[in-house]
Amino acid sequence: MKRLIGIALLIAGLVAPAGWCAESDKDVEAHKAVLDLAGAFTNDGFKMRDGHWSGTLKPQEHALIAVNLYAGNQYWFSVGSIEPAKKVDVAVYDETGKLMTTESYNEGERAAAGFSPTSSGQYFVSIGLLEGGESSFCLVYSYK
Amino acid sequence: MSRSGRFIGAASLLAACLTIGAAQAPHLPAEQLAKAIRNDSISIPTPGELFAALEKPGKPNWSGQFRGPLPTTYRNRAQIALNLGGLIADGFIAVEAQDSQQVKNIGTDIIKMAKALGVSENILSRGNSINEFAENNEWDALQEELEATQNEVKTSMQTHSDQDLVILVSLGGWIRGTQVVSAAVMQNYDERSARVLRQPALVNFMNAKVNDISSGMRDNPLVKKVSEELIGIEKLVSFPPGKAPTADDVKKVNEAVGHVMQEIQEKSDSQ
Repeated sequence: MKRLIGIALLIAGLVAPAGWCAESDKDVEAHKAVLDLAGAFTNDGFKMRDGHWSGTLKPQEHALIAVNLYAGNQYWFSVGSIEPAKKVDVAVYDETGKLMTTESYNEGERAAAGFSPTSSGQYFVSIGLLEGGESSFCLVYSYK
Repeated sequence: MSRSGRFIGAASLLAACLTIGAAQAPHLPAEQLAKAIRNDSISIPTPGELFAALEKPGKPNWSGQFRGPLPTTYRNRAQIALNLGGLIADGFIAVEAQDSQQVKNIGTDIIKMAKALGVSENILSRGNSINEFAENNEWDALQEELEATQNEVKTSMQTHSDQDLVILVSLGGWIRGTQVVSAAVMQNYDERSARVLRQPALVNFMNAKVNDISSGMRDNPLVKKVSEELIGIEKLVSFPPGKAPTADDVKKVNEAVGHVMQEIQEKSDSQ
């Protein structure tokens, strides 16, 4: 029940503070798509961050977002997009730029990468549009 | 079920397939990393994330980290913003301690300080939710509500052209969170817990943001002091990757952030 309330609050927060990110309708749709995906991880005890990144990607383009993670925590980085995006990809790099081994979930226009850092510090989440046309994307992450 | 088993379980729920970063470059050059997107809402972790990592080797004595009530009558806007961030971190501590009365008290102070900054009236409903969740011991919901409250305060600051205050809220939260975590590690030193203190890039990012704020706010004596001390703190939390800070390293971090926190919460006669 409390998770449902939490997700409802997240969605309410997404719609209400329009000034924070000045999101377009497409950004909001992408955000809804990713909340749907990331919500599944809450069933396994992951807490979803309220903060997110929204943006637009063209085919074969990657966005790189810096995050700061803590050793000992487990993370899922979830990405949602909307049509005409067909296939998206998420990867995690360490502070030296080395690709990290992650558990990955890919479902067309949504994807997620699971990662447990052994060292605290800065990491980079790379989001790529592998197939389909230019689209809005939204990244959220969950931790436990 | 083991931790990794549960981790895989989450993916299985979603009919996951396991791959290793397909279609992504195996290595990114430093120039590309330097251009990465960094923003307040996703690049700065919440106190809740920090506390979750600290708890892994064993639950600390969270209630031992409570502090006395803060004055909610500061007049300096920069000081209010820094203390508001610290108060939100206190809210996370009270949630970890599962102390509903403490959560309610802190929630009330958060609303008072937010109102002093002139943030949206919507924040009042957040205060009601915090009270309601605290009454019902809904700890997960409370964590989400605290983060949502912090984001709503920041959103309101953005819309009221108070962008400069946003980073100060985040910074106040990080300083208070790090003070508490370093104190908890000192009380019961454990290498795994101590590793959470390594955050040089985060401190560097926050200080860069502070240096980017308007000259009027940057010249505020408290902001100047905090910014100067962050340079030293960045060095103190720059442990090599994979190496746990020693008990002495942790003590130095605690002293440095404790000193800054004291300056942030100090109320001079002129204020």
